Amino acid sequence: MTRGSLSLIKAVVILACTLPFLFLAARAFGLGSLGANPVQEVLHTLGKTGLNLLLITLTVTPARRLTGMNWLVALRRSLGLAAFFYVLLHATTYAALDLGFAWSTLLEDVTRRPYITVGFAALLLMIPLAVTSTNAMQRRLGRRWLTLHRATYVIAVLGVTHYFWQVKVTTLEPLVYTFILVVLLGYRARGWLAKRERRTIADPA
Amino acid sequence: MLIKKPEDIRPSEITSESDYLKRRDLLKAALATGLLPSAAGFAQQPAQLPADSNAERTPPYGGAQSFTDVAQWPDNPDLEPSAFEDVTSYNNYYEFGTGKSDPARYAHTLEPHPWDVTIDGEAEHTGTYALEDLLAPHPLEERVYRFRCVEAWSMVVPWVGFPLGDLLKRFNPTAKAKYVQFFTLNDPDQMPGVRYPVLRWPYREGLTIEEAMHPLTLIAVGLYGQVLPNQNGAPLRLVVPWKYGFKSIKSIVGIRFSETQPATSWNIANAREYGFYSNVNPEVDHPRWSQASERVLGGGLFSARVPTLMFNGYEEQVAHLYDGLDLRANY
Repeated sequence: MTRGSLSLIKAVVILACTLPFLFLAARAFGLGSLGANPVQEVLHTLGKTGLNLLLITLTVTPARRLTGMNWLVALRRSLGLAAFFYVLLHATTYAALDLGFAWSTLLEDVTRRPYITVGFAALLLMIPLAVTSTNAMQRRLGRRWLTLHRATYVIAVLGVTHYFWQVKVTTLEPLVYTFILVVLLGYRARGWLAKRERRTIADPA
Repeated sequence: MLIKKPEDIRPSEITSESDYLKRRDLLKAALATGLLPSAAGFAQQPAQLPADSNAERTPPYGGAQSFTDVAQWPDNPDLEPSAFEDVTSYNNYYEFGTGKSDPARYAHTLEPHPWDVTIDGEAEHTGTYALEDLLAPHPLEERVYRFRCVEAWSMVVPWVGFPLGDLLKRFNPTAKAKYVQFFTLNDPDQMPGVRYPVLRWPYREGLTIEEAMHPLTLIAVGLYGQVLPNQNGAPLRLVVPWKYGFKSIKSIVGIRFSETQPATSWNIANAREYGFYSNVNPEVDHPRWSQASERVLGGGLFSARVPTLMFNGYEEQVAHLYDGLDLRANY
């Protein structure tokens, strides 16, 4: 993989990440329609896209290991940041368009509605990861950077829980998200267990 | 030879002549005050479905797709009805899928004719009836009702229909009929959604007999002056405007009078979240979200939520049904 083609792939990925937003904006401004409940449509589309991108971010490492295409890791930051922006827009839509900045209602929702608490926690956890996503921050934090960014796993669990918790009945879709999450986290868990075992064998304490 | 004396009429049961003569006055007064339906047809018992149900059947209202003879409900509020497009494209009708646009997309497979309704339980006249016969005697009215979904959105619908009570009376419910249960069609050939165990099929709902007989409780056969679109519950549905939308069961094929509180699909699915009453109540939140306000459909992207009204704005008419009932415990 040359530097040039990697930059091209990166540009395509970033462009692809903006497409759901552009489609949504086009529908909002009259090209197509947002349906009878536009606020809900915008809210759900942004949230779903954020969750999709979050799970795609988590597939980068397994995909890299399984295919040997190590350059894939170069896409992870763009994907993670895109996920953050969609989640941020999702939360902003909720506060601004749905609640009309009724702060007391928002506070009540965040503290009293468990699925919103969980979603809000996911958003808060994403902020330090977005802030520390630059190369400079990565260098500065060293090994701690890796530890910090493992929070992505927690965020993904919170995100899927947030989604599952607000549906009225269990349909196929939230189950599919849960399944994907379990597979992605299971892949890591297997890796960690194997590593621990190797360590135990090498150093029988 | 033994001559049997007719002992089955006790003296106390014999109507006095003066009462007998008062009878006409009472009836006249009832008609004048609207306590009794005025159409002569209501006195007639509903005809049982002919044994030969393959006989040629005429759809209700002669198969007309829009209604011409519809009276305006005198109590119609000064409310702007939601757009026809919104009312017919944003629906919860899980028999056709759980997405809001699924019913509009998939409900074309529903066949609203020929349609039978089975009446059973605690009533004198039970059996299976042809829909056209059931509907025939009831004059239609256009009623503009607020419709509030448990998901905290709402719309305003100009329904075409008649009071459920007028229909139920024709079956002579007995003194044991304390509740009424309703069933939706459950046919996987017409309804792709019932192949998945999302809810307990057939979809079922229930009311107390007082709620069912309340003059606001409507059997709707149309909206916006037209026959009900399939996605809105053709050919007949319930509309209980002071309860969350899921109580207003669609595409009814069964009505059962019962002595005990009947099971309802949402209550079976999640009893903690969906009670039997499910009255619109801004003070009693759904366990997972607030019911204090609602989003009125059609307001666009920048419209504000509006406060939800007690009993969806029908408090004056229905609050007495729940005198002495703890509405927080009986959600």
